[in-house]
Amino acid sequence: MNRTPIKPKEINAGKRSVNFDEVVLGYQESDALAEASRCIQCKAPKCVSGCPVGIDIKKFIYELTQKDYKSAYQTIREKNNFPSLCGRVCPAEYQCRKACIFTKKDSPFSGDDTINIHFLERFIGDYGMKNGVMGTGLKPVPITRSVAVVGSGPAGLCCAGELARNGIKVVIFEGLHKTGGVLRYGIPPFRLPRNILDFEIDSLKDLGVEINTNFIVGKTKTLDELFADGFSAVFLGLGAGIPSFLGIKGENLCNIYSANEFLTRVNLMSAYKFPEAHTPVNIGKHIIVIGGGNTAMDAARCALRLQKSAGMKPDTTVIYRRTEIEMPARRLEIEHAKEEGVIFRFLVKPDGFAGDENGFVKKLTSLECTLGEPDSSGRRKPIEKPGSNFDIECDMAVIAVGLKANQILTKVTPQLNVDKYGDVIVNPQTMETSIKGVFAGGDIVGGEGTVIEAMGMAKKAAKGIINMLRSL
Amino acid sequence: MKILNKKTLSDIQGVKVTSMDIHAPLLAVKAEPGQFIAVMAVEHGERIPLTIVDSIPGKGIITIIFQEVGLTTKLLGRLSVGDCLYSLVGPLGHPTQISNYGKVVLVGGGVGIAEIYPVAKAFKKAGNKVIIIIGARSKELLILEKELKAVSDELHIATDDGSYGKKGFVTELLQAVIARSKATKQSPSDDKILVYAVGPIPMMKSVSAVTKPAGIKTLVSLNALMVDATGMCGCCRVTVGNETKFSCVDGPDFDAHLVDWDELVKRSRIYIDKEKHICNLNKL
Repeated sequence: MNRTPIKPKEINAGKRSVNFDEVVLGYQESDALAEASRCIQCKAPKCVSGCPVGIDIKKFIYELTQKDYKSAYQTIREKNNFPSLCGRVCPAEYQCRKACIFTKKDSPFSGDDTINIHFLERFIGDYGMKNGVMGTGLKPVPITRSVAVVGSGPAGLCCAGELARNGIKVVIFEGLHKTGGVLRYGIPPFRLPRNILDFEIDSLKDLGVEINTNFIVGKTKTLDELFADGFSAVFLGLGAGIPSFLGIKGENLCNIYSANEFLTRVNLMSAYKFPEAHTPVNIGKHIIVIGGGNTAMDAARCALRLQKSAGMKPDTTVIYRRTEIEMPARRLEIEHAKEEGVIFRFLVKPDGFAGDENGFVKKLTSLECTLGEPDSSGRRKPIEKPGSNFDIECDMAVIAVGLKANQILTKVTPQLNVDKYGDVIVNPQTMETSIKGVFAGGDIVGGEGTVIEAMGMAKKAAKGIINMLRSL
Repeated sequence: MKILNKKTLSDIQGVKVTSMDIHAPLLAVKAEPGQFIAVMAVEHGERIPLTIVDSIPGKGIITIIFQEVGLTTKLLGRLSVGDCLYSLVGPLGHPTQISNYGKVVLVGGGVGIAEIYPVAKAFKKAGNKVIIIIGARSKELLILEKELKAVSDELHIATDDGSYGKKGFVTELLQAVIARSKATKQSPSDDKILVYAVGPIPMMKSVSAVTKPAGIKTLVSLNALMVDATGMCGCCRVTVGNETKFSCVDGPDFDAHLVDWDELVKRSRIYIDKEKHICNLNKL
């Protein structure tokens, strides 16, 4: 057996970092077959337990090795409506691949020689997309009830798909003018091309799902009004849409963006195509990105691309208060960012911004840190070195230090119980909230997670909704 | 999102102000005074916030009034009756807190005159004595005089060039109104005044400077730069009483005396070069 993992083709760093085209080209058929053949088909596979939606990984990889791509596609779709999407954005090294037998014990993420399950999923997903092998094997017993899904991000899309496949009429309500939630406003096209996203969403429309954009539940209509309109249940996939700031001096200076604002301008509003697209974004000569998660990586890689496309010398630095090992970002994204020329400065904690007379940011004062004992997150805690203050020149900064619960709906719905973070409290078995018939999942439950974790919750909620509707 | 009616309110000295009735039945039912919408004129356009000036729930109509300043408002102005906006969502922001304060003085400058109209109407309905002060560069640029007269007990007008009303600024009229109110005070509740101001930032700042020493509660409706306008991006952040607030979801109304006006001015100018550039490119 070949133990060497197959790397998918990628556009080289120099070429790709001047545009927003997809970076990872994925497997050719021969690559996929070679990689799939590395799977030893464990008797009791652990990988499945690492998948938040429980895809039968062993089975689809076996079907792939038999070149039975159609069956492999259907095996995945049985558990996951969006293989092309998840194959691209899942942090597999923390999930299925980490659970793979080839991962060394106690490793924080999977080793390089684990099976590239996500690339195989993507290959199969794209095969299904190109060859029109839809159909999921499920035979819906029609339920003559309709369900409203609030939000069209990962959780909402997944829940809508699950319900529709069970013969339920679903209407999605999305606040923005386009669907996809964080998949469109947050994740850049070079990680998730828009044609893939559109395909996955369009597949829901083929299942009869209706989508209303420009509709904010809590503003345009209340939850009560949705029930009055005849919906029997509501799923809330509201997301974690509110950006956190650092709370340091000078944070409201011009050209200091939240990652959400920066990415929304660039991705949703296509500011990288300014002036053809009308939404502007400023591009600094020295850009600082603060944070160590995927959002920080996305922001840094977008910033670098904007600098290069504008013919500027690339100068984008990620500042993180721990070290690379503790970064919550996907390893692949960190590698890609480095290859493209993003600079990393670790053990640095921002302390305050200063600006010029017009209110534009000029520099960031920071402190050096060392790592102490592990904190509640299990990661070693950064400790400031007293008197280690130093300045970093920056004329633009992006703050990517996390997101909080979207509160537009919860604030006007007092019967909906939330915790101290504003996250919606649910029954963990059914995902039902404190309001009967209202279910929730994704980042609005339990805070920021991954796309596939949101989908895992959404699937559970869909099950809860179906059970409830059957009992009516 | 179809445009049902369009009217040019003023078009002189390079200032073009347009009123548009738009078919938006759900919003027409929900809209309350002080709330706004986020609109996109075209598919590759910007999202910008515009105040809902009026709504007729029975007919499913909302009215917006805008001055052509940047590319998006200019493109909006190019749309005709029968055209559809690319997108429109709302109603956004908290409604203005309407109650019976006794006496409410509303100050409007430029296109801000349109924005005080729905609020004035609601304050009048709530039983307040409503005094309205509006100002513009010259007579031709004054809008909604007739409508505002109908919802107020007193209407005072100032023009920079003296072509109509008093020559001078709205703040001078405001000072006079406050002085008169104090002079004619018969009982302690008589000087219970609320001031509500909407207009260019320097105007709102000046109004605040007049009322702050007098200890008169003053609300302003801020029109900060926004992207999603639903609390997700923080572009519209403004410092109010040393706290960062988002104009879109925490506002748009704020206590004028607590607003960091200098920061607001600077933040409103972040894209001024790009705005000029894109307008030139589009020959608008």
